[in-house]
Amino acid sequence: MGVSIFGLAWRSLLNRKISALLTVTAIALSVALFLGVEKARNAAKSGFDNTISGTELIVGAPSGQINLVLYSVFRLGNATAEISWQAYEALDAREDVAWTIPISLGDNHRGYRVMGTNLNYFEHYKYGQRQDLAFADGREFDDLFDAVIGAEVAKSLGYELGTPIIITHGLGASGFNDHDDRPFRVVGILRPTGTPVDQTIHVSLEAITAIHVGWETGTRNPLVDTISEETIRGFDLTPRTVTAVFVGLKNRATVLRTRRAINTNKTEPLLAIIPGQALAELWQVMSTAERVLLAISAFVIAVGLVSILTSILTSLNERRREMSILRATGARPGHIFALLIAESTFLGLIGAILGALLIQLILLIAAPILTAQYGIALMGTGPGLVDLYTIGAVTLAALILGIWPAVTALRRSLADGLTVKV
Amino acid sequence: MTAPVVNIADLRFAWPGQPPLLDVKAFELAAGERLFLRGPSGSGKSTLLGLIAGVLETDQGSISVLGQDMTQLSGSRRDQVRADHLGVIFQLFNLVPYLSVVQNVILPCRFSKRRQSEVTAAGGADQEARRLLAQLGLEDPDLLARNVTDLSVGQQQRVAAARALIGNPSLIIADEPTSALDADTRDRFIGLLSAEAKKTNAALLFVSHDASLAKLFDRAIDLSEINAAAQLAGAV
Repeated sequence: MGVSIFGLAWRSLLNRKISALLTVTAIALSVALFLGVEKARNAAKSGFDNTISGTELIVGAPSGQINLVLYSVFRLGNATAEISWQAYEALDAREDVAWTIPISLGDNHRGYRVMGTNLNYFEHYKYGQRQDLAFADGREFDDLFDAVIGAEVAKSLGYELGTPIIITHGLGASGFNDHDDRPFRVVGILRPTGTPVDQTIHVSLEAITAIHVGWETGTRNPLVDTISEETIRGFDLTPRTVTAVFVGLKNRATVLRTRRAINTNKTEPLLAIIPGQALAELWQVMSTAERVLLAISAFVIAVGLVSILTSILTSLNERRREMSILRATGARPGHIFALLIAESTFLGLIGAILGALLIQLILLIAAPILTAQYGIALMGTGPGLVDLYTIGAVTLAALILGIWPAVTALRRSLADGLTVKV
Repeated sequence: MTAPVVNIADLRFAWPGQPPLLDVKAFELAAGERLFLRGPSGSGKSTLLGLIAGVLETDQGSISVLGQDMTQLSGSRRDQVRADHLGVIFQLFNLVPYLSVVQNVILPCRFSKRRQSEVTAAGGADQEARRLLAQLGLEDPDLLARNVTDLSVGQQQRVAAARALIGNPSLIIADEPTSALDADTRDRFIGLLSAEAKKTNAALLFVSHDASLAKLFDRAIDLSEINAAAQLAGAV
């Protein structure tokens, strides 16, 4: 029969298009910000957890588990100490160990970390849901001065197979400390992984030893130029130390026992950590900032919701005649109350839905750019339960907030009687 | 003899902190009667209408509408009586601005089952609204689909009259409905309203400060004649 209360509320909002549009925009932007932060947090956590998988233990010199995971997995910072090659060999020889990947860090190329390792890396290192490393082009390193580069290194530096690479000693800028007497050659380019692997230049452990011949004091020996590449190839290039070791076990159930055995090693102090635990601890540290960000965006939603209140409350005075007309035509207090609540709920619902759509649109546009430009894969950012919960919560909050203007309108309509002299 | 549509006895009303505005010993309005109630601005005409409509509550006395003592009814029952049996026309701006002509006319049917069944029996709300509008001289389908704010003041008042008449109310209250109309339009509007009210035997309580309109009604009274509070104020 004619127009329902919801129909009246909807038409009333359309009658105040600009005010309603501004309010909906405020809600939509605040919801988009909130969902954006939430999705970025989830994507970061997902990417974080997927950085390494299938590795039961990471072993390094004793420091702290966060420090060890930061430099070995994320290539951030430096190890305070290294572990000896003998200790590595003993570790590799353990009966409960299936495979090991020794890594040696310390040098860089144009800001990208150079990592010495062995071929086990390409066979056993896994990321994401136990995904193997795969080559986009070329092959594993074979020759002493071969290099395999990550996807982002190739893309951002424009490198391809055969491109020569000069490694710089330490983490400083290129120039004085370049190992320019022993250039490498790109022989393989890995597919993007969305992990620090994409930003790494991989060479053999022997190559790390080779480029440091003549650098034993930490600086370049002027006589180094007199040593030919051929001479170096004849040296025993077995490394004396490695930075860390990724360990795979024959039986995952023995991980705690193996970790304890390594951590109580008598011959050389070692630190073995379980990557999942270390990542969880690291995320715990980061999650404080993430929670603050989430709280800020929740407050932005609150501000958006207040805009609903402001919009409806400021319109009430000019709508006193409208309320009187409705009362005179038979509308009961409940109808007036429901009308205002419906308006508030509509504003919240539409704003929240538009906000959720807006963030999906932004992600749709930004995701390929982030992947192409920065190798960041946004995982788990599609529409999901969090969007539904947010839309539901914002709508419910709008409904509850609508009680205030509804009660105010009700009181005024009762006091005004049939006619309003405004 | 039929019972009066409105029967007031010993009514007293004052706004909070104000001297008594209304003190009416007795007042009756018969079914089908067209009564003109005049009085200057501020004399309490609109307040009396609010009390009859059950929107305001009396301090003392009784107001019966169709035999139901409004002073004894709960707020929701008074609302129900108003929705079912009263049609109200205001001075100006008395249409919902965001609804079309037809939507404005059928609005009261949304709040009253009695009116719903009345218009359903007459062929449906939309059809009944168009019939009433046509009787009042508004037939153009294009005009009926328009938003009411696009209409002239005279057209708006006719829409308001159709809204008050839909669903055959027993009492039509008109509060200064012609004050913004020119003399010709005003007389034609009152004629149309009276004719429509007569068809359904609805009582018409027409309030205005313009005494010249009195001749168009069955009976005319000055509020001061029935309001002892006004007489007392005048004496003072």
